[in-house]
Amino acid sequence: MNSSTISTELPKTETTAEWPKTETTAEWPKTETTAEWPLWEVFVRAKAGLDHKHCGSLHATDARMAVQLAREVYTRRQEGVSVWVVKSIDITASDPGDKDMYFDPMEDKVYRHPGFYELPDSVNHM
Amino acid sequence: MYTQAMDTAPKEERRAVRSAEEAVLEQRFDERIDAGGSIEAKDWMPEHYRKTLVRQISQHAHSEIVGMLPEGNWATRAPTLKRKAILLAKIQDEGGHGLYLYAAAETLGTSRDQMIDALHSGKAKYSSIFNYPTLSWADIGVIGWLVDGAAIMNQVPLTRCSYAPYARAMVRICREESFHQRQGFDALLVMMRDGTEAQRAVVQDAVNRWWWPSLMMFGPPDSESPNSAQSMRWGIKRISNDDLRQKFVDATVLQARVLGVTMPDPLLRWNEERGHHDFGPIDWAEFWRVVGGHGPCNRERLAARVRAWDEGAWVRDAATAFARKQAMKEQSMKEQAA
Repeated sequence: MNSSTISTELPKTETTAEWPKTETTAEWPKTETTAEWPLWEVFVRAKAGLDHKHCGSLHATDARMAVQLAREVYTRRQEGVSVWVVKSIDITASDPGDKDMYFDPMEDKVYRHPGFYELPDSVNHM
Repeated sequence: MYTQAMDTAPKEERRAVRSAEEAVLEQRFDERIDAGGSIEAKDWMPEHYRKTLVRQISQHAHSEIVGMLPEGNWATRAPTLKRKAILLAKIQDEGGHGLYLYAAAETLGTSRDQMIDALHSGKAKYSSIFNYPTLSWADIGVIGWLVDGAAIMNQVPLTRCSYAPYARAMVRICREESFHQRQGFDALLVMMRDGTEAQRAVVQDAVNRWWWPSLMMFGPPDSESPNSAQSMRWGIKRISNDDLRQKFVDATVLQARVLGVTMPDPLLRWNEERGHHDFGPIDWAEFWRVVGGHGPCNRERLAARVRAWDEGAWVRDAATAFARKQAMKEQSMKEQAA
């Protein structure tokens, strides 16, 4: 068998013809589809003993669906043992515009770090 | 899979007139990029940077979703249960990758519905490679080996993209993508090693058909990529189309030898002086024809997406109605308890 005989036996499923539109498609009311499902943020705990970590977002109608979809989307390879979801609009975040005002005051408080204190070698493992 | 260097839009001019305040913000933005810093969703960014990313990320997402179609063509006809399970896992991955990317694009202020509208109306592009048909089982193996292989070359540098939500999505995708390429090579290896003469011919035929379209996945030559320079400047793109293409050719030639297939290019040979393989000219007229909507399967792919969306409308409506009803029930139970 050479490649030209192979191509004659090809399945005919992939035609370039357009799909026929079913009658119902046209008649379905478009009431709800224009409203997007709410956005949820997904947090996954990789294994017992670790924090839940933000890993992405997805759309779902309610919390239960969000958990189900999070499982399908973010843990297909056992990446987690627990999932949290929270509606994105329910998250309050600091303003990136305030970043300097908010976080820079900690910059000059080096005495909050253990490395600030120089101790004699014999006790420096403290 | 499956990004393609999508510098297929006309060169875009930036607005010349900017306010003084904007100029300061933009200078700070440029400094951050130069220092190798990341840009997060809520950070200030030039409008043109935002637009470029929305276009690239959404087209990348569309490519993942449309990329499910040529593979889906073989889901019911995989030769063994093992291959079927592998193929289904891969197709599910592509759906997941599309989702990570849509979510990354949404952080830039575009909505999922807007993006899907753009795809369905033909306004948004997706990778031209999916407008070719999957005619034999070997095509599924070759897509894994060559198409996913090319996609990985494209995508690995994107994990260092300056826009952090995109980079994070790419890290996740690249981690999963390696399985796609390896399973494809493995499927082909079995056919070449244990197959009949006819089965080996099917593999060679598939390689012949997919080789050139795979090289086109890296996008037009650097000399004809109008927006490349700006994307490089902004750290959206890290390696040029031609450099990535060369890297891909060099990597796959050895793999083809292991497999026992040849590439359909009489000019393909090692160039000692350059330290790279030379290869024949790419038919860019074909590339532009396919990008422009006239590939073998453009109409079928888009029609399949539109049909899936339209026929799924009642499911989306039902889920929304159910959620609303549940919420109302909960509300009235709370009120009764109070």
